[in-house]
Amino acid sequence: MHSASSPALAADTSRLALSGPAIALEHLDALWLQVAGTVCNLRCAHCFISCAPDNDTLGFLSLESVLGWLEVARRHGVKEYYVTGGEPFMHADLPEMLEAILRCGPVTVLTNGTLFTERVLTRLAAAEAASAYSLELRVSIDGPTSATNDPIRGEGTFGRAMEGIRKLLDHGFLPILTAARVWDFADEEVVRERFFRALHDVGCERPRLKILPSLRIGREALRTGGYDRHHWVTEEMLESYDRAQLLCSNSRIVTSRGVHVCPILIDHPDSLMGPTLEGSLRPFELRHRACFTCWHYGAICSNYGDIGRDAT
Amino acid sequence: MRPERVAVFGGIYSNYLALEAALEDARARGAQALYCLGDLGGFGPHPDRVFPLLREADVKVVRGNYDHAIGHGLADCQCGYTDPRDNHFARISYEYTLRNTSDRWRAWMCEFPPELRIFLGGKRVLMCHGSPRHTNEFLWESTTSTDFLDWLTREYEADVILATHTGLHWRRELQGGRAFANVGVLGRPGNDGQTEVGYALLSASGDRPGVDVEIVSLGYDHERLAREMQDENLPREFVETILTGWWTTCLEVLPAKERRRGRH
Repeated sequence: MHSASSPALAADTSRLALSGPAIALEHLDALWLQVAGTVCNLRCAHCFISCAPDNDTLGFLSLESVLGWLEVARRHGVKEYYVTGGEPFMHADLPEMLEAILRCGPVTVLTNGTLFTERVLTRLAAAEAASAYSLELRVSIDGPTSATNDPIRGEGTFGRAMEGIRKLLDHGFLPILTAARVWDFADEEVVRERFFRALHDVGCERPRLKILPSLRIGREALRTGGYDRHHWVTEEMLESYDRAQLLCSNSRIVTSRGVHVCPILIDHPDSLMGPTLEGSLRPFELRHRACFTCWHYGAICSNYGDIGRDAT
Repeated sequence: MRPERVAVFGGIYSNYLALEAALEDARARGAQALYCLGDLGGFGPHPDRVFPLLREADVKVVRGNYDHAIGHGLADCQCGYTDPRDNHFARISYEYTLRNTSDRWRAWMCEFPPELRIFLGGKRVLMCHGSPRHTNEFLWESTTSTDFLDWLTREYEADVILATHTGLHWRRELQGGRAFANVGVLGRPGNDGQTEVGYALLSASGDRPGVDVEIVSLGYDHERLAREMQDENLPREFVETILTGWWTTCLEVLPAKERRRGRH
């Protein structure tokens, strides 16, 4: 296990490799839309892109712009869409965006679950019912109790997010509770059981839980000390490896700056692939230490663990 | 002479009783050729019983992820579950199947191709396990856009694509008269509270070019299967699925809409 180290070491190990294995885009399966930029009503201690109420490094995407990206994405045969931020529910046009996306394909929203209103959830439930596609809501909670969650996500956030999950259940959704692994791996089974119990307590009979590895960049690098010196992806590590596990082989993300290679690296200048989707489809070199986490765990951003791993 | 009607079976999961019923049903409906989209083992009892039936009926088989894993004696079924409960049941099923599959049939499984292509009604039909590009790709009805399926038919030069991997049957009409269908599976019911299983019957559509895809619902002696599963000490959760039609395990991979349709 990684042990905490000084911020000086964190700064040192955040440097990029001079070169790395190039990952070609097999097909644009997923388009991510960072509709709320880096603006979030919370300031989580482990946020890998340091989102906060006062962080407008990346701005909102307008409804018009989202509709434009959607049109282009459809021509590329995009299979599914992801909507993220920041906190997407801070965007006033979110319902209309999701309605438009659900006319073209499935969509997953990544949210902290603290800003749901009756009006918006009613509208979203109707949009999903009218669509052939699923609207997935992934609610981030990082500990199964206030005592474990709130030091990471902020005072009172556990209660507010669980209340959010209850509201989603009331509207017929089956939310996916998404937790970053901020606990010791040895405690995993106990933590998982506690999450199930917390979900049961708000009336969730069909718990869906996704556990993400923590990404030691952004604010999380300061919390954990960042990556170790050996954390790189090399060509040898990709031999007999299913590259479909790497998000950069099948996805891109749109922010207010343009199209980036993946949601994890949007803080880094080299992640910006260009202003257009067409111009963003070239291979990407894995030069970041966070790429090691993606390689190690596989499919960390998708909804279902490493489902889709190809054996043959 | 090119066939005018063919039957396409999805995953069998060792359900040799459903396979027997399907072979008889398909012949009675005039199927001139028979295909299976892979995943012969897992879940059910006595894995070796499906192979002689397939050989005798000359069923052409596409390789599924389970066939690859059992054929090569891999450590697990490569289903990629992350939920410990799902992994628990997947492991029981896999170890039982590996232990009870003869070497000669394992060798046969290693020969299965990743896809089969036929012409029917003047249309190009592509048969695969998950998707034309990945054996293990899940194409669920509610998480697969029509835009993507249109792209698949263009990229893989097919008018009809057939798959089975998710285990739930569905179909979608695409641009230019093309189509995608998941043919369902013979191995277990479709999480709909019915004990029947299903397969696809493809027919050339008369005097104009085209293929009709019909999903056939099939009853079989599911109570006998349940008894045999119990006798083999397979998990009671699996037996419950056979008897009730509701999935009880491996639910984590279901998208929201498909999950809500089930009981668990």
